[in-house]
Amino acid sequence: MSTTTAAHHDDHAHGHPTGLMRWVKSTNHKDIGTMYLWFSFTMFMFAGALAMGIRAELFQPGLQFVQPEVFNQLTTLHGLIMIFGAIMPAFVGFANWQIPLMIGAPDMAFPRLNNQSFWLLIPAAILLVASFFVPGGAAAGGWTMYPPLSVQGGMSVDMTIFAIHILGISSIVGSINIITTILNMRAPGMTLMKMPMFVWTWLITAYLLIAAMPVLAGAVTMLITDRHFGTHFFNAAGGGDPVLFQHVFWFFGHPEVYIMILPAFGILSTIIPTFARKPLFGYASMVYATAAIAVLSFVVWAHHMFTTGMPVAGQLFFMYSTMLISVPTGVKVFNWLATMWRGSMTFETPMLFSIAVVFLFTIGGFSGLVCAILPVDIQLQDTYYVVAHFHYVLFSGAAMSIMGGVYYWLPKWTGHMYDETLGKWHFWTTTIAFNVTFFPMHFTGLAGMPRRIPDYSQQFAEFNMISSLGAFALGISQLLFLYVVIKCIKGGKKATNQVWEGAHGLEWTVASPAPFHTFETPPQVK
Amino acid sequence: MNKKAIHFLSALSLLISGGADAAYELNLKSPVTEIAGQIYDLHMLIVYICLGIFVVVFGIMFYSLYKHRKSVGHQAAQFHEHHTLEIIWTIIPAVILLAIAFPATKTIFAMKDTSAADMSVKVTGYQWKWEYDYLDKNVKFISNLSTSQDQIDNKEEKGENYLLEVDNPMVVPVGKKVRVILTASDVIHAWWVPEFGVKQDAIPGFIKETWFKADKEGTYRGQCAELCGKAHGFMPIVVEVVSEEKYNTWLVAKAEEAAAGAAGADKEWTKEDLLAKGKTVYEKNCAVCHQANGAGLPPAFPAITGSKIALGAIFGPDGKYMPDSHIDRLLNGKGVMPAWKALLNDVEIASVITYTRQALGNAATVDPIVQPAQIKAAR
Repeated sequence: MSTTTAAHHDDHAHGHPTGLMRWVKSTNHKDIGTMYLWFSFTMFMFAGALAMGIRAELFQPGLQFVQPEVFNQLTTLHGLIMIFGAIMPAFVGFANWQIPLMIGAPDMAFPRLNNQSFWLLIPAAILLVASFFVPGGAAAGGWTMYPPLSVQGGMSVDMTIFAIHILGISSIVGSINIITTILNMRAPGMTLMKMPMFVWTWLITAYLLIAAMPVLAGAVTMLITDRHFGTHFFNAAGGGDPVLFQHVFWFFGHPEVYIMILPAFGILSTIIPTFARKPLFGYASMVYATAAIAVLSFVVWAHHMFTTGMPVAGQLFFMYSTMLISVPTGVKVFNWLATMWRGSMTFETPMLFSIAVVFLFTIGGFSGLVCAILPVDIQLQDTYYVVAHFHYVLFSGAAMSIMGGVYYWLPKWTGHMYDETLGKWHFWTTTIAFNVTFFPMHFTGLAGMPRRIPDYSQQFAEFNMISSLGAFALGISQLLFLYVVIKCIKGGKKATNQVWEGAHGLEWTVASPAPFHTFETPPQVK
Repeated sequence: MNKKAIHFLSALSLLISGGADAAYELNLKSPVTEIAGQIYDLHMLIVYICLGIFVVVFGIMFYSLYKHRKSVGHQAAQFHEHHTLEIIWTIIPAVILLAIAFPATKTIFAMKDTSAADMSVKVTGYQWKWEYDYLDKNVKFISNLSTSQDQIDNKEEKGENYLLEVDNPMVVPVGKKVRVILTASDVIHAWWVPEFGVKQDAIPGFIKETWFKADKEGTYRGQCAELCGKAHGFMPIVVEVVSEEKYNTWLVAKAEEAAAGAAGADKEWTKEDLLAKGKTVYEKNCAVCHQANGAGLPPAFPAITGSKIALGAIFGPDGKYMPDSHIDRLLNGKGVMPAWKALLNDVEIASVITYTRQALGNAATVDPIVQPAQIKAAR
C-alpha cells in the first residue's frame, strides 16, 4: 500500500515527508487508514498467538503448558487486545480509507487529530503487551476486569487501565473526526439518505463510541482509585458494591458489541449488492434498523448479569429488551437475502466472506436469542456456550467482514488484483477451521463446561481436542492472509478504476491505486 | 497405540460419524429439579424454533445462491424495496418472540420464589473453596477439591470424577425445598449445579439467594462459574441428594466430628503430632498459593520458606500475639490471604503454624511451636 505514486504529489505546492516521517507525521487519510489496518493485523496476530496458547493448554485435560495464573493472563489479554487492538482499529482503518472516498471528501475533517488518534494506539499497545513482563504478569481478571478480583491484581492491572484510557481518547477523537467529516464534507448532492450504507453504519457507530467510551473510562477510573487511593466504590466493606462495576462496565460493554458489528454490517451491505449486481434491498429500513439496534444497545446491558440475582422486574425488563434486538437484526439479514434474491451473483473472495458472515452471524444471533432467555441463560452464563456465541458474532461477524472488506478494497488501495485462488483458499480454510473450533463449544457449554478454566473434567476431552485442532488451523490460515495481502501490494494484475463489475459509488471513480489526494474538487452526486 | 493417538482418532471419527458416542454430550444435563426441567424444555423450544427459521431462511439463501448465479446466465432484477414484505418480516419475528417470552416469564417467577423453604444452607465462596453452613443445625464445613495435584500435573492416571470431586460434599434430603443463601469472602464466585438449574453469583458483602428441590437421589456435580483467580477451575461443587434418614444420620455425624475437632484444643499436643496434622492442613489449604514446598509465587503469593512472619516472634511481652505476627496473619488474613479463623479450628490453625515454622526449610527459634489452646485464647 506504500505504492501511492511518487510522481503524483510533486506538482503540489506542499510536498509531504517521505520515508519514516511520511508515516509519523501523516495527515493523509489513506496513509493513516493503512497504518490502522497494519496495526490491527499485528495485534490480531499477537492476540491470536495468545489464543493458540489457550487452545494448546486445553488440548487435553491436565496442565501441560501453562500454569493457571498464566492461563488467566492469556484469556484476559486475548480478549482485550482482540477487541481494542484488532477489531476496533481495523474498522477505523476502513473508515479512514473509505469514508472520504465514498462521500467525495478530499480528506478527513481534522487531519492532525486523525494522526493523533492513530499514534495514541501505539503506547496503549505497548502497555498491554509489556504488562506480560512486569512482576506478577499481565492482568488476569478477565477482559471484563470485575472487582474485587481486579483489585487483587498487580501493576499490570494499572497498565491495562492506563491503556484503556488512552484507547478511549483515541476512539473518541476518531469518532468526532468521523462524525464531522460525514456531516460536513459530503459532496454536493449527497444527502444523508443517499450515503453509502457503510458510511451510515459508521456514523451511528461513532455516536455509540462517543456515548460508550467515557462510561468505560469512568468505570476503570473508579477501579484505579479503589486500588490505590482508598476509595470503596466497589468494596462492600467500605459501603460500595462490586456489582456496580458490572452495571457501569456493561453499559459500555453492550454498545461496544454493536460498535464492533455495525461497521461489519456496513461492509456486508456494500459487498453483497456489488456481487449480486443489484441495489441493496431496503436501504431505508436498513438505516432505521441500524439506528434501532444502536438505541436498543443502551438498554440491554444487564443481560450480561443475569446470574447476579437482580430483582424479577429487572430480569424481565432486560430479557424483553434483549429479545427485541433480534427484530432489527433479523430485518438486516432478510434485507441481505432479498438483495441476493434474483441477482446475478458471482463468488469472488469478498462475496464468499460476506455470504459466510450472513450465515454464521445468524447462527451467532440464534445462540444470542437462546442466551437472552433468562432461565436458559442461567445454565449457559459463563460457560463455553457463551464463548461459542460471541466468537460467532465477533469472529465470523466482525473479523470475517473485515477480511471480506480487505479483499474487496485491496485492489483500490494497491492498484493490483489479489490472487483470487489463494484468496479463496484463505476463505475456505478460515471458515472451516472457524467452525471446527467454535461449533463444538456449543456442546461443551451445554454439557456444563465453565469458561476461563485451564483444565477440565474428562467428559469434555473430545470436543476440546477438536476445538484445539480447529484453532491451530485457524491460526495458520491467517498467515496465508498475510501472504496474499503482501503479494497483492508487491504486484499482480492491474486493477481497473471500477475493479468490480457491479461496484457503484464515488470510490470507484478514482484511479486504482487511489491517488494520494482525491476529490480536491468535489464531485457532483445526482 | 498410545492414549493421545486414540483420542485423536476418536475425535476424527466423531467428525465423520456425527457423534453417536456417549462421551460426546450434546445437550444440557438431565434435569433433576422442576426448574431445571422447565429450563430444559424452554431451551428445546427455542432450539426448534431457531432450527425452523434456519431451514427456511437459509433454504431460500442457498436456493438463490444456486439459481441466481451469473455463471448460469441469470440476469439481475433491479427491485430494491417491498413494503409489505418488509412489514411482514418485522412482525413475524416479534410474534415468535412473544411465544417464547410467555413461558420464560413464568419460569423466572418460579425461580425467584424462595419462600416456604424446608431448610436453608448458607454457602460462602472463598478463593478457592466453598463453605457450607447448615443454619440452625450447628453443622458447618469447608469443601475442597479432592483431586490430587499429581492427577492435574499428569503424573497419575486421572480418576472418573477428575476435578469434580470434593472432600466434604454438601448433603441434602431428597424432595425438600432447599434455600441456598450465597455470599463470598473475597471475590465474586458463582455457585452452579447444572442438574438443578441453579446458578447464582456469590458476591462479597451481599447476600443473594436461590433454591432447589431435587426430586431424585444421586450425586450432582457443578463448578464455580465466575472467574475468581488462579484456581477458579479447581473449586467444584458436589451435592449429594439422599433420603431423609440418611440425611439425618449425616447431620449427627457431622456435628460429632465438629465437636471432636473442637475438643482437641483443650489438650497439650506434642510437636510431632502438630507437625503431622499441620502437614495435611497445609497441603489442603495453603499449598495452592504458597506451593507444596513453601516457595510461594511471588509477588502475588509470598514464600513461606525464610519468611519473616514464619520465623519471627509471635507473642509480645504481655503474652498476647503481636500485630503482623504469624497468628495475626493466620487468624485475620491480609489482602489476598483469607482470615482463617472462620475456616479452620484451633487445632488446625495451631498445627499449620507449627508446621510452617518448623518445616518447609524453616526452623524458628523464637516461639517454635504453637498450642491449640493458645489459638483458642487468641480468638
